[in-house]
Amino acid sequence: MHLAQLNVGHLRAPLESPEIADFVAALDPINQLAEESPGYVWRLKGGEGPQDVVHHDYGDHLLINFSVWEDRDSLWDFVYRSAHLGILQRRREWFLRVAEPYSVMWWIPSDHVPTLEEGMERLDLLRTQGPTPQAFTFKEFYESSEAAWRPAAAEARK
Amino acid sequence: MSSDDLGTVAALHDPVRRAVYEYVASLGREAGRNETAEAVGVQRTLAAFHLDKLVEAGLLEAGFKRLTDRTGPGSGRPAKVYRRAPGEWQVSVPARDYRSMASMLAEAVDRLGGEEIADEVARRAGAQLAERGEDLAGALRARGYEPYEDDGVLRMRNCPFHVLSREQPLLVCSMNLALCRGLLDALGEEARTARLDPRPGECCVTFSKNNED
Repeated sequence: MHLAQLNVGHLRAPLESPEIADFVAALDPINQLAEESPGYVWRLKGGEGPQDVVHHDYGDHLLINFSVWEDRDSLWDFVYRSAHLGILQRRREWFLRVAEPYSVMWWIPSDHVPTLEEGMERLDLLRTQGPTPQAFTFKEFYESSEAAWRPAAAEARK
Repeated sequence: MSSDDLGTVAALHDPVRRAVYEYVASLGREAGRNETAEAVGVQRTLAAFHLDKLVEAGLLEAGFKRLTDRTGPGSGRPAKVYRRAPGEWQVSVPARDYRSMASMLAEAVDRLGGEEIADEVARRAGAQLAERGEDLAGALRARGYEPYEDDGVLRMRNCPFHVLSREQPLLVCSMNLALCRGLLDALGEEARTARLDPRPGECCVTFSKNNED
């Protein structure tokens, strides 16, 4: 099983504006860092360019980050134990504060390439039902043994 | 306080055993029996006895590893090596539990969006942790950071806020950086800059030397 993670952020200004320039400049090095990190499997790319972001129909100014990792620790180490942390610390400069969850993770079979639609559904699930084995967070994490394809195990935990 | 924690911590009562533990913990890699004996200044058999007692108590982990580059017949069997176990143990008499309160407060600050004030508070607190002219590494050691020099950068093996930094990494690592900056303010140390440079398994803050012009 692999761990998929989807993040959405509402940009404070259009991607081209000077307020967002530092963020755009960090895209290429941080994406490279992710791809070189232990446990990295896949990410959804917006194009071949180093600063291409994911295009979608889920609203203007919505920036989407979607990647797959071997396990919790590899994703954790990239997010919080690498140069990515410094970018995360500055998130308020570029992104609006939102009250609802903006990041979701879930387990997928290792040979599965997830779609954006699937990811947005999981985020919706987290927002409406709270953390479950089908859609969860670092804080309320579910192991792959508890995940969706074994509803019995999920039921037992409740 | 759980009685298990008390038993584990009590294993460090013996001064030689404690020196053995501190030596292994300070390395940041696996330690062999010979080097530990040499570092602590005791016989190899006594060092091995204490190392194994520490494994029994759960404070160290043991494994086997070839300590020389030689392989194949005649290279000998792999040596037993030791490293610090990942857990943490706390003993408080009478029972105190600041950790769960800190955890609740951290979540509250996070939900209130109070990071900036948290950083201010941490910087001010850091400034009270040391006296002007004190040695930076010594001050960090006294706070449990376990500093070590790595290629001109002062890094820290231990995060004193480990559990909280796992729960609220953004808030806690940022406060820790502010705390370290406050500490530099207090020391009047202008030759070093504190920055975030996280690595797996270590503290997120490092101190780099400023360019001396």
